[in-house]
Amino acid sequence: MTSHARQDKPLFEPAIVRRAVLDAFRKLSPLHQLRNPVMFTVWICSAFATGLWIQALTGRGEGRPGFILAISLWLWFTLLFANFAEAMAEGRGKAQADSLRRSRRDVKARRLLGSDRKGPHETIDAPVLRINDLVLVEAGETIPGDGEVVEGVASVNESAITGESAPVIRESGGDRSAVTGGTLVLSDWLVIRISSNPGESFLDRMIAMVEGAKRQKTPNEIALDILLAGLTIIFLLATATLLPYSAFSAKAAGQGHPVTLTVLVSLLVCLIPTTIGGLLSAIGIAGMDRMIQANVIATSGRAVEAAGDVDVLLLDKTGTITLGNRQAVAFLAADGVDLKRLADAAQLSSLADETPEGRSIVVLAKEQHGLRERGLHALDAHFVPFTAQTRMSGVNLGTRQIRKGAASSIEAYVQSHGGTFPEDLRRTVDQISMAGGTPLVVAEGPHALGVIQLKDIVKGGIKERFAELRGMGIKTVMITGDNPLTAAAIAAEAGVDDFLAQATPEAKLKLIREYQAGGRLVAMTGDGTNDAPALAQADVAVAMNSGTQAAKEAGNMVDLDSNPTKLIEIVEIGKQMLMTRGSLTTFSIANDVAKYFAILPAAFVATYPALGALNIMRLHSPESAILSAVIFNALIIVALIPLALRGVTYRPVGAAQLLQRNLLLYGAGGLVVPFIGIKAIDWLLVALRLAA
Amino acid sequence: MNLQIRPALIAFIALSALTGLAYPLGITGLARALFPHQAEGSLVRRDGQVIGSEWIGQSFTAPRDFWGRPSATVDAQGRPLPYNGANSGGSNLAPSNPDLRKAVQGRIAALRAADPEATGPVPVDLVTASGSGLDPHISPASALFQVHRVALARELDEATVRRLVAAHVEGAQWGVLGESRVNVLKLNLALDDQFGANGRKSR
Amino acid sequence: MSHAWTQNLLYLTLLLGLAYPLGAYMAGVLEGGRTFLHPILRPLERGLYRLMGIREEDEMGWKAYAWSITLIKLLGLVAMFLLMKTQAALPLNPEHQGNVATGLSFNTAVSFITNTNWQAYSGETTLSYLTQMLGLTVQNFLSAATGIAVLAALIRGITRRSATGLGNAWVDLVRGTLYILLPLSFVFALFLVSQGVIQNLSAYLHTAGGQVLAMGPAASQVAIKMLGTNGGGFFGANAAHPFENSSPLSNFVQMLSILLIPAALCVTFGRMVQDRRQGWALLAAMTVLFVAALAVCTQAEVKGNPALDSLGVTQVAGIDKPGGNMEGKELRFGPGGSALWATATTAASSGSVNAMHDSFTPLGGLVPLWLMQLGEVVFGGVGSGLYGMLMFALVAVFIGGLMVGRTPEYLGKKVEAFEMKMASLAILLPCAAVLIGTAISVLVPAAAASVGNPGPHGFSQILYAWSSASNNNGSAFAGLNANTPFYNDGLAIAMLLGRFGVIWPVLALAGSLAKKKHTPEGLGTLPTHTPLFVGVLIGVVVLVGALTFIPALALGPVAEHLSLRSLR
Repeated sequence: MTSHARQDKPLFEPAIVRRAVLDAFRKLSPLHQLRNPVMFTVWICSAFATGLWIQALTGRGEGRPGFILAISLWLWFTLLFANFAEAMAEGRGKAQADSLRRSRRDVKARRLLGSDRKGPHETIDAPVLRINDLVLVEAGETIPGDGEVVEGVASVNESAITGESAPVIRESGGDRSAVTGGTLVLSDWLVIRISSNPGESFLDRMIAMVEGAKRQKTPNEIALDILLAGLTIIFLLATATLLPYSAFSAKAAGQGHPVTLTVLVSLLVCLIPTTIGGLLSAIGIAGMDRMIQANVIATSGRAVEAAGDVDVLLLDKTGTITLGNRQAVAFLAADGVDLKRLADAAQLSSLADETPEGRSIVVLAKEQHGLRERGLHALDAHFVPFTAQTRMSGVNLGTRQIRKGAASSIEAYVQSHGGTFPEDLRRTVDQISMAGGTPLVVAEGPHALGVIQLKDIVKGGIKERFAELRGMGIKTVMITGDNPLTAAAIAAEAGVDDFLAQATPEAKLKLIREYQAGGRLVAMTGDGTNDAPALAQADVAVAMNSGTQAAKEAGNMVDLDSNPTKLIEIVEIGKQMLMTRGSLTTFSIANDVAKYFAILPAAFVATYPALGALNIMRLHSPESAILSAVIFNALIIVALIPLALRGVTYRPVGAAQLLQRNLLLYGAGGLVVPFIGIKAIDWLLVALRLAA
Repeated sequence: MNLQIRPALIAFIALSALTGLAYPLGITGLARALFPHQAEGSLVRRDGQVIGSEWIGQSFTAPRDFWGRPSATVDAQGRPLPYNGANSGGSNLAPSNPDLRKAVQGRIAALRAADPEATGPVPVDLVTASGSGLDPHISPASALFQVHRVALARELDEATVRRLVAAHVEGAQWGVLGESRVNVLKLNLALDDQFGANGRKSR
Repeated sequence: MSHAWTQNLLYLTLLLGLAYPLGAYMAGVLEGGRTFLHPILRPLERGLYRLMGIREEDEMGWKAYAWSITLIKLLGLVAMFLLMKTQAALPLNPEHQGNVATGLSFNTAVSFITNTNWQAYSGETTLSYLTQMLGLTVQNFLSAATGIAVLAALIRGITRRSATGLGNAWVDLVRGTLYILLPLSFVFALFLVSQGVIQNLSAYLHTAGGQVLAMGPAASQVAIKMLGTNGGGFFGANAAHPFENSSPLSNFVQMLSILLIPAALCVTFGRMVQDRRQGWALLAAMTVLFVAALAVCTQAEVKGNPALDSLGVTQVAGIDKPGGNMEGKELRFGPGGSALWATATTAASSGSVNAMHDSFTPLGGLVPLWLMQLGEVVFGGVGSGLYGMLMFALVAVFIGGLMVGRTPEYLGKKVEAFEMKMASLAILLPCAAVLIGTAISVLVPAAAASVGNPGPHGFSQILYAWSSASNNNGSAFAGLNANTPFYNDGLAIAMLLGRFGVIWPVLALAGSLAKKKHTPEGLGTLPTHTPLFVGVLIGVVVLVGALTFIPALALGPVAEHLSLRSLR
């Protein structure tokens, strides 16, 4: 894929960090926290602890004011850290959104009052343009809104959107007619029919998306939220009921006291899944951000998430699996024909053929038979171009008439010149077809000389990529207009699981529906208007930015690089986002074990001294133990921000191996790490004389 | 929901009749035919009179009898009534309860008082209350612990009593199920049968 | 050293060995297949449907299913309550047991319709034979059949695609009763009689020596009480009573019968979802948790009570003595047979006891307490254990699924927000009932005064009562005087919540799953039959289920254990 400067943006850019710190405080508003039940609970606990501190200051509190203050401060920090994580994730998008906005600012539009570009027009602000307005844009001007070119041809710089500085051609009709607001016309002029209302343009959507402003929770996020809320309720009950339990116990034991409210709120915040709760939205935003880094704009987080679930990838053969062009790889002479004569004739017929296929024939003849390129004029040759009627091309050199074309056309040609089409040649033609190649037969007058074997060149490394996908459980299906024989051969060479030959838009749509009926999620790419129905039907539909407006509207993602291979990357990003959530949830829950061992003995040792045996970390004192647990709980959020933003490492292996790996890392790690962390913090608190 | 009321009612009545009347009454009839002795409580008779059940322990307190395990059963008013076959139950004392310690201490003292020569460690089953309060068994060790006292009270040779105990030991079923045990009622009855019940007070 | 460990091993081997054929048989029954009992029972079954006016093939949506189950339970509640309130005037009451007090009647009726079978009553001093038969025995059957039915509905939810029906509640109830519970109970009851468990309608027997022996139709009640994981005893001492559980063999078979159907249902599950490995995986997770719990409990009970060490008793096991912690235990079972029972009865939601849990060592008592708090999913109640475990499996699948980067799926069904909501609810409600109930009890002086032991153990008693009721177990730290208005009513509410607060979310979830399309399994799908997933499932059960109760446990059995240990 193409590389971009944006991709290697460092995780902690100073400008973004500065803004995120400010945002972290802004997000302390309870209204903001209400969206996240876990963090809202932390908010209440922090406020409550602060109240306890104030009460302690008046001398009627339940403990040392210093201790209560430390607890309440660290509870606030827990919130701030979570806010900071979210702000960091948003910040990266915001920086990008700002530059996007800049490209839109102060754009004027020349709206045509009629349909004639030479007719009268008015100059208005771009944001007031509405659907079906016609505007004229000339060289040096910024295109005021998304639309379709209805007249004219121009080169356009789309780097504001794609980051790609090479200009692209936009013209009316065909598949290159869509233009995007905010891009710059470099030469000539265009008349554009605006296709979106204010606030709905591609640029608006992109800005909203990168800012995370209109971010809706994805289905899995909602489900996870429910689980986390459930856990929070359970732990809320488990800690709240400790107040009566401990009071009863203190009475039964005849010593000690009920657990203090400070300890209870500390315990609650430590137990509820704050690690995942605090990082959840950051993970979601960062997932979108990674898409944007990959130059893909998704219309919703739901689409990103669905990408992780994709079971079937429909990939266009040309451009995705094979290089765009076929190449000549061999000359196969008919019986009794000198190979060199065939090569010579083939080269002559292709000299004027500027298509990549024609060029490759000339090159092959040179490489294999030392035949040098000759100038057409020097030979007094007359080039016969390919037409739909003849379905042949060739050259006339005086009386020599050399033709090349599909076997059926050449057969007709040879017969019309009184010749016969040799049987062995027919066999050769069939063999090539069967092997996935394209046979071009060369004839001179009534003599069929032989066959040029053209072949699709499968992209390097693509086979390995498909093997990886297979390992991930994703099926690849190649879509091609080729006949089944050719398609099968290329499919085998590229290592795809299945193929759809002689594909029509209807056949594509039907295939998608069949897979979906079987419960599978289908992803595809497309760029043409005739792809639109299939794109609309597919679960993950990536439209090429170079494609038509219809295709872009039908898809739920747009690839700014117009790189069909991107689909694979998109799937990985989708999976990564889910994996990060799952792994951090596991980590968060596993952490609770160590926190219990820190806080419970500290809370109850006065009532039942024997419970001191549970203090297996040998923490210094009850106060230092509780404070250490709370501090660890806050710091772990910070420590995991890079992971949340970057996502857990994805390996293209099967689900079983992935689970094993992530369980070991985040499950077992989640059990062990807090023991070490809490002990270290406790040791530090004692060393710095910060704890009694 | 209304649709289901009729089926619910009929299903309930029909299944009640089937499982609550036909089934238990059928089992009662079959049990009487197949296992009349067990169905009626495995009763032990002497001279035509029911003197107990081989499965239900009885309270033995005389030095001449083997004593069963302590029983925590109570009468209808909640007063202690050991081996009350009409109100089963255990002490429900927690292992950490000082009352349990005291009770065990008291029972050990009683055993030692009844037989000052029994100085060895007391098998735990002899000084802890059973779950049902009706445990018919003691461990062979607990029986042996009492041999000296019983022999003395009955003026019998200790070895004779020991042999009788040995004859009454039931091993673990199939070698693995449960524990090896001695049925106290059967043992005492065997003593009475072989060596006379003279001086026995009514139980 | 007693042979407790050998007995444990034999137990596990037989349990798993028997689970297989029974599981296969039950799958056949629930799928409406023909069984070897059809010639006898099929006419009866058809007759019942005709009486009820239903057609077997009529499907119910989840709401109709849930209402049907709830309705028949409510009928049971009313009928049993009335039965207890009027038993004095009804036949089969040779001991002239009076009408039962209102609070106790309500509590007992609730406890039996919810498969809790909490014993605030003491059978031989409270209930007439008619109440035992027509009240207790009937509900023992129905509540077990309910568990099987709800499980069957959930399995259909998983296996059906784009469907709304979950089967027919009446058919499931009737089939479960006729083809599974009745035949097993029939054979089992006769076996128990052969071992010395009584079965008669005689009046209590007065011996020549003046001992009164309680009588009654015990075996028929005990058989279904054990098989149906009900656990409510015929006698006050439950299975410690020699007339309810006579020989070590009857004890062993009764222990097997506690876990037999719950274990076999895992096999049934595997067959019905057409992937037997799925059933084995769940069974494996349950077995691992069970073995761990059993090991702790056995070890603690065999070792004995440290407080008695210095008194001149020997708690060391020998060839002629069981040793160990014998307070509250029957000699014929010993500490090993009692620990195994205690673990099995609380792993399942049976709640029957053959020893007094209140007198267990702190760790030995911690195990039953903790197993209940896990939500009765380690084998669990008949049906309810597996559907409870499936709720945890959904949570495990959810977390595991996210960890492999895919919207979680279980057996081809996507686990989404609604499923998480219902699964969380089903897990959360019993937990909440335990915590809140215990909190209120320690705050209300009258309730706190019910404790029968000092120190941390008193707290354990209250915690145990609420854990038992909320998770429909029914066993008790019986030193707590629970026959008070507070506990009779409070625990009844907890029992209702623990039963219907799980059944409704489970059925709602089943309805939602049934509507979904089926996603074929691929390499990217989290496999749910591997040892790794079993590990994740165990982790989720332990972490989610236990983290909730660690603080409470610390103030109860853990504090007691550590204090007692420091005493030694």
